[in-house]
Amino acid sequence: MSALLAIEELSLVFRTRHGTVRALEDVSLTVDRGEIVGVVGESGSGKSVMAYAALGLQDAAAQVLGGRILFGGLDMLNAAPDVLAATRGREVAMIFQSPRTALNPIRKVGQQIADVLLEHTTFRGAALRAQVIEALSRVRIPDPERRAEAYPFELSGGMCQRVMIAMALACSPALLIADEPTTGLDVTTQAVIMDLVREMSRTSRMSTLLITHDLGLAGEYCDRIAVMHAGHIVEIAPTVELLARPAHPYTRQLLASTPTPRTTIADLVSIPGQLPDLRQELPACRFSARCERHIPLCDERPLPWTVVAPGHAVRCRVPL
Amino acid sequence: MHFFWKRLLGTIPSLIGVVLVTFLLSHALPGDPAAYFAGPAANATSIAEVRAKLGLDRSLPVQFLHYADDLRQGNLGNSLTTGQPVLSDLIERLPASIELTFFALAFAVVAALPLGVWAATRPDSIVDHSCRALVSIGAAFPTFFIGLLFVYLFYFLFDIAPQPLGRLNEILYTAPPRITGAYTIDSILAGEWGVLRASLAQLILPSVSLGMFALAPIARITRAAMLQALGSDFIRTARASGLPTRKILINYAFRNALLPVTNVLGMVFSFLLGGSVLIEQVYGWQGVGAYAVTAVISSDYAAVQGFVLTMAFLYVMLNLVIDLLATAIDPRVRFES
Amino acid sequence: MNTLARNAAHAFGENRLTLVAVVILALLVLCAIFGPSLAPYDPLMTDGAARLVPPSAAHPFGTDALGRDILSRVIVAARLDLGMAVAAALLSFVGGLALGAIAGYFGGWPDRIISRVMDTIMAFPLFVLAMGIVAALGNSVLNVIVATVIINLPFYCRFARSEVNVRREMGYVEAARMGGNTALPVLVTYIVPNILPPMMVQVSLNMGWAILNAAGLSFIGLGVRPPTPEWGIMVSEGASFIISGEWWTFVFPGAALVLAVFCFNLLGDGLRDLLDPKRRT
Repeated sequence: MSALLAIEELSLVFRTRHGTVRALEDVSLTVDRGEIVGVVGESGSGKSVMAYAALGLQDAAAQVLGGRILFGGLDMLNAAPDVLAATRGREVAMIFQSPRTALNPIRKVGQQIADVLLEHTTFRGAALRAQVIEALSRVRIPDPERRAEAYPFELSGGMCQRVMIAMALACSPALLIADEPTTGLDVTTQAVIMDLVREMSRTSRMSTLLITHDLGLAGEYCDRIAVMHAGHIVEIAPTVELLARPAHPYTRQLLASTPTPRTTIADLVSIPGQLPDLRQELPACRFSARCERHIPLCDERPLPWTVVAPGHAVRCRVPL
Repeated sequence: MHFFWKRLLGTIPSLIGVVLVTFLLSHALPGDPAAYFAGPAANATSIAEVRAKLGLDRSLPVQFLHYADDLRQGNLGNSLTTGQPVLSDLIERLPASIELTFFALAFAVVAALPLGVWAATRPDSIVDHSCRALVSIGAAFPTFFIGLLFVYLFYFLFDIAPQPLGRLNEILYTAPPRITGAYTIDSILAGEWGVLRASLAQLILPSVSLGMFALAPIARITRAAMLQALGSDFIRTARASGLPTRKILINYAFRNALLPVTNVLGMVFSFLLGGSVLIEQVYGWQGVGAYAVTAVISSDYAAVQGFVLTMAFLYVMLNLVIDLLATAIDPRVRFES
Repeated sequence: MNTLARNAAHAFGENRLTLVAVVILALLVLCAIFGPSLAPYDPLMTDGAARLVPPSAAHPFGTDALGRDILSRVIVAARLDLGMAVAAALLSFVGGLALGAIAGYFGGWPDRIISRVMDTIMAFPLFVLAMGIVAALGNSVLNVIVATVIINLPFYCRFARSEVNVRREMGYVEAARMGGNTALPVLVTYIVPNILPPMMVQVSLNMGWAILNAAGLSFIGLGVRPPTPEWGIMVSEGASFIISGEWWTFVFPGAALVLAVFCFNLLGDGLRDLLDPKRRT
């Protein structure tokens, strides 16, 4: 069976006033039906850029140099605008960080959900209204009839994110892309939101692509995790495997810098160096400048994938 | 509707301030109103008589109370030039000014909103650059100069506009029976379509010249607000939800951009009400502005004060309308207050 | 300083128009200073034989109904027009800064009174208020300036008030206060110098409006009296010849007005870009 979402060797740059930013290089990733895949990396690693490209929503300054994105067989990078618009919101939906600003501030939240349903379904009038209430109660918003009449500023951040999820799931999409969905929410709300996302995935066999900088969060909720660094995917593995046996030096450092219930502050290690400037000429392995295992061979192109275990691949000459 | 009353009450301090300022302008400033009202042939005794008659010999607070009481009774004094009560002079001419200002505003809004939206959806395109050029140039043209240029171009050179001599060519047409005082509305009510056509023809040049100056700030702010709205997170959400471009542009971006636009309307009305004085002068428009200019030149005190008071009152009310409009657009405003 | 220089290079390099505006304004200022000696004719000299002469080599801008050379009148008028606008803008700048600083620094009842007064001024359509003021004070150039100052005051005052209000709480001001400085030295040495640059931007953005305002008042016959050359009154005098097609009588003084206002606006935009590149529009 082919994957629901297949990103194949995608390379993408931004042409800016200050030079060309090589945001993604040779990125490949698949998401199967019902699967929750995490993409983890520091901010600026290109994970959000990849997510937007998957929706065909890349910035006007973005230019795809190679590769393609197939969603259920549809070529997302070359599809006609109306085909893309019909797919977005119905087949693939997205939720964002800072839910408060992601909702239209001067439109009632029920109306915003209705906008999506109006566009993608045949529900009208009372049936439409019932669907809106249904969507809100599915994400366990108490008193949905009343909340549907509220404006975003009248709701808490967590409640707004629930509305976002309700909106994203209103048309029962096959894929949900969640871009840092819990950033900016308090810790208890984070867990509630993530439990909700997982439950929705499980009950409706919806696939989820979770974009996050938090390896701990991804470890808790994902089936598989891809680690991104400076526009490259450097390692990809089933969650248990990745957490137990990280093969890429960057993944190991990322793990060491992630707090778990058993670590103390003293155990946490920060990753030395910073992301390379993506406008400059870059080495084959973009982590090499930060890596203590760097050897001359690392600088030879192309940088190959090494399969260290079934389903566990790493892009490193000297894996752990 | 509790909200509406609160806003209405909020205009009271402004109105008190306006009355106070017009009072000060006419009573507490250099120059002797008594000597002035007594006329050029007056001597000391007759001036003193006038002073006592006008109550100018009493203390300022007492004078203010009298002034306020006169206002309450609608007594703005008599005009020296027309010999009529100022109030009836103003009521007679106000519809003409309001009609002109309304058409100018309509022109400015109808031209500026699409222009600003268009420019914002195509940043750095030719449309965008021409919008910005038009905004800069429009802001630099004095209203009266635009008015005169239009007369020269469209009346003298191209001969497509009627003679700029007032609201109606009185030789060919007679004014419709007065109901509202606005010729366009009255001629519709009377069913006199020829008069309607003629009065609209007279209106076009003055209202476009007056509207030009208001066009610049509206287009400028529409463009900026649209750019900001289009770059915001909720537009990204709407696009990610597959909403059609038209709906995103109108229901999402434009509605949000309207709030800054309504906020600039206050300034626009200030321009329009001030500019209408100059435009009425250029086009021989028989409104309150032209009346006031005559009054100012001939030192007709009461008429000028009445005019200033009327315009300020109108402006305060317009600001109230703008406020209510902003509340209708943005629910947050209602909750902030 | 380095960033300022870089911003300046950017503002001028990016936007040649700003440079053009500066050059034209410099020319206008030259006219204002040396006007009478630059003008080819005496601006008041009438010539019955050369009435309403169209633009020609002898009279590049033509002559008016009394045979006066329009070019000379336009040049000489620069002093009065710019003078009125500069005087009005500077006075309202100083007054607005002082009132705004007091309101913003002390808060409380001085703030309430000053803000209330400014709100009251803003409750009028400003040009209408200016007409009322000139009518009450008497029809003179000085009173046109006074009226322009009053209607511009709220903009400067509000701006200064909010700037001072923000800065009052800042660390370096706190420190100066702790160090035993009283209100006036704190305001003058620590706060005002920091808000001067943005205020200067306001001045140049405001200049154009001050010119339009003064010219509008002269157009309806307030302030300047004939035969004094002034752009607004010249446009007004020329207006009667539109119907007979003598366009040069009003176009050239009007164009001078447009040019001056346009350049001040451009300069203001350029200055704003220079001081605050982020707020570019």
